[in-house]
Amino acid sequence: MAEYDRYLANDSRGDFKHRNSILEALHLDGWLLLLLATLVTFGLFVLFSASDGSQATLIRQMRNFGIATLAMFAASQVRLDTYYRWAPLFYVAALLLLVAVPLFGVGAKGAQRWLSLGVIRFQPSELMKLAMPLMVASWFSRYGIPPRPWPLLGALLIIALPASLIVIQPDLGTSMLVAGSGLFVVFMAGVSWWYIMGAAALFLMSAWPAWLFLLKDYQKQRILTLLDPESDKLGAGWNIIQSKTAIGSGGWSGKGWLSGTQSHLDFLPESQTDFIIAVLAEELGLRGVVFLLSIYTLIILRGFAISIRAQTGFGRLLASSITLTFFVYIFVNMGMVAGILPVVGVPLPLVSAGGTSIVTLMLGFGVLMAVSSEKRVIAQ
Amino acid sequence: MARNRVVPVPGMPWRLVTVVALLMVLAALVVGRLVLIQVIDQERGAAFLREQGAMRAVRSAEIPAYRGMVTDRRGEPLAISTPVITLWADPLILRDSNRLGVLASALNQSEEQLQQRLDLYSDKRFMYLARHQTPDLARRVLGLKISGVGGKREYRRFYPAGEVASQIIGLTNVDGKGIAGLEKAYEEVLHGRVGKKRYIKDLHGDAIRDVGVVREARPGQAVELAIDLRLQYLQHRELQRAMVETGAEAGAAVTVDAWTGEILAMTNHPVFNPNSRAAFDYAATRNRVVTDAFEPGSTMKPLTLVAALETGAFTLDSVIDTSPGRIRVGRKVLPDPLNYGAITVSRVIEKSSQVGVTKMAQAIGHEPVLSVYRRFGLGEPSSIGFPGERSGSLPNRERWSEIEKVTLAFGYGLTATPLQLAQAYAIFANEGRRVPLTLLKRADDEQPPVERVISKEVAQQVLTVLHRVTGNEGTAKKARVPGFSVGGKTGTVHKVGPSGYLPDQYLALFVGVAPIDNPRYVTAVVIDQPQGDSYGGGAAAAPVYARITDGVLRLRNQRPETGAETPAQLAGFGGGQ
Repeated sequence: MAEYDRYLANDSRGDFKHRNSILEALHLDGWLLLLLATLVTFGLFVLFSASDGSQATLIRQMRNFGIATLAMFAASQVRLDTYYRWAPLFYVAALLLLVAVPLFGVGAKGAQRWLSLGVIRFQPSELMKLAMPLMVASWFSRYGIPPRPWPLLGALLIIALPASLIVIQPDLGTSMLVAGSGLFVVFMAGVSWWYIMGAAALFLMSAWPAWLFLLKDYQKQRILTLLDPESDKLGAGWNIIQSKTAIGSGGWSGKGWLSGTQSHLDFLPESQTDFIIAVLAEELGLRGVVFLLSIYTLIILRGFAISIRAQTGFGRLLASSITLTFFVYIFVNMGMVAGILPVVGVPLPLVSAGGTSIVTLMLGFGVLMAVSSEKRVIAQ
Repeated sequence: MARNRVVPVPGMPWRLVTVVALLMVLAALVVGRLVLIQVIDQERGAAFLREQGAMRAVRSAEIPAYRGMVTDRRGEPLAISTPVITLWADPLILRDSNRLGVLASALNQSEEQLQQRLDLYSDKRFMYLARHQTPDLARRVLGLKISGVGGKREYRRFYPAGEVASQIIGLTNVDGKGIAGLEKAYEEVLHGRVGKKRYIKDLHGDAIRDVGVVREARPGQAVELAIDLRLQYLQHRELQRAMVETGAEAGAAVTVDAWTGEILAMTNHPVFNPNSRAAFDYAATRNRVVTDAFEPGSTMKPLTLVAALETGAFTLDSVIDTSPGRIRVGRKVLPDPLNYGAITVSRVIEKSSQVGVTKMAQAIGHEPVLSVYRRFGLGEPSSIGFPGERSGSLPNRERWSEIEKVTLAFGYGLTATPLQLAQAYAIFANEGRRVPLTLLKRADDEQPPVERVISKEVAQQVLTVLHRVTGNEGTAKKARVPGFSVGGKTGTVHKVGPSGYLPDQYLALFVGVAPIDNPRYVTAVVIDQPQGDSYGGGAAAAPVYARITDGVLRLRNQRPETGAETPAQLAGFGGGQ
């Protein structure tokens, strides 16, 4: 805790050469903030069209963004040291909530994912997306980087427990994201390449038994549908065919905002959530998609920049894991809509309509900003 | 712990490079896929998928064309279309609805009834819920916003004159296509051209918005008839009255403007109500004026007179001895009601003497008579083009027996429609010229093609005789019209059954021309099977003619003659003749 001791000791600011800028004083990252604001604004336009111009949807989404922004601001104020210390408790709390889901949860569309707290409903699995990298990063920071075998085994257990709880909800997509966010920390912590290759080999070998015993019929169906959507046009293939038609008919310049036929005439399913990018592609064309991807890319690059400049292993692991998870989020969603990944329920981050997922994502960016603030503090 | 956090993690930059490289590959995969779908792939890509998108959403629909109005010569509507809404449903979508009860009550149907129909059409994608509903009711039903229920604008035909002009105007079917009468004859003119528009529908089949009109609907043109609705009403009323007074089962009447060939009124009995299909008697749609051909009988005698005058062998004042009141032709004896003795040709027609006409016919032969019939338009369809019109027939045989030659001269052995009778007499009224008949109003400056059929002098002579028929010595005293001189000819013919003439079943005929000193209006009246003793043309048909003509002359603003009988004289008060 030496740096924090020093920071505290220097609280009189006798060492400081100059006053920090306002953003720095507020522990905010200017670039990240600008990019996020652009993304959110753009996303609201797309959502407005995807919801057939529903003001209610728009207002709800803006309210959620308001809450999420406050959460991000709060998260950025917290010292990394505090995260480090409270990570295990946060993780355990999220885990307990996950356990509570099958017992007290409420469901929608055949899956139980929500917990209801009277006024608000939220998904504990979303909380775990943040708790997981925090926990694993603090775990490795505690037991040594690069990890030795036993801590590594412990980390894998930490990852496997919530992931399996989410799988049985069932929510394969989120489970993979949660597991991924933990595994990224393991990877970035410098685990031996031999282990990685061994794990990859194991994964490939287990694919066949998993197909036979683990995957449920509807999940198998999704994978088969991906390979040949035309086999069941009105059933399992519907989503993919309709979204492909929406994307393709957009062409380079699109049909114009609010003018998509696929999305506005209810042909496209889940147009406000998982398939919202098809709306964007149909109405604004490839141009709009490229614009969106550029913002995403810049955000990810900024995340990596923060990660590289992080002065502590904990901060670096945390930042890179959050950034990577954000990327996987985008990749899985777009891959699904473009028809190269199976249909798993993953929304397009910060564009799809959502509550918990928006708050969790923005909390993640708050943690990222906390990491970047820490760098500055130490640079002093 | 603190040390761990401060010391940079070994291998970190290298791992980050690996990760970034991996990310770039994955991102390229997604972007490449998008570019492929949206821009590059021509066969199954953008263009194909755009078309696919359009196939899902874009539909075309017909825009109904407003059917042209039918009016009388003064602009009174006889057939008019009003917009109505036909409600339909897509059974595949509607059967999943939980609001059938609401829908049924909005349609004023029972839910069971609706459910039954739905089951009946369960494998179809279209069924009618209710056709031709008022816009008000349709708006209420569509306002329920039940998926799978739609409305289509159509037009419904209304006939303001109802049964009065029912057989002339005819009918349209429920799809707005003319199926009888003028609605059928002028279908091409009236129906206009159906337009076509494109619209966008959503997954549930509901139309979202129109995207454009492919072809504008062109409303049908209005048809202005020569009919004068006032005369039509009058004629209808008088015909109905005659039905009651004579106990006849059917009748027909037609009034023609001889100068222009326009048909001013055309009525029949029985009639039907074109606005209600509930109790619909198809037989009553028959426009007997043009569809019923019968033997015209004595009404042909003026035409025989024309033939006789044209040969030069007879004048009006030639004397024919009709005694002893009967004549044997072949094996048949033709009687007069009583022995008229030696009478002039004019009197032969006035009295409708069988013996006199027989002698005239025997003198001139049948060829001149047949020639006159042909020239007067018998045996050929008129020019009005009415659906179902009969042309009647003229005999066309190699060898003529004596009796056949003679009966032809007094109107047997051929058939004619009431319209053809009116057409023939119109030639007398038009100085011997034939003008094609029409149901359409002629323009004021229109010069209809005129064909001279007989000389003006002969026509005038026949008119004189026709006038005498309505005189005190004639057979048609009851045809007289107060304030005017008229002329005409009666006819009483046996109806024909499956095996020859029917005893005691007659058609009473009268064809008249008015006013006689400036002849213009020709009216033919047919009373089918009058009951009782007053079955003859003079007793059953002539009074109907008189009442119709009275109205025609009044409504057509004819100035009463100074020398003619006044109503008081007709009624027997004062008076000289």
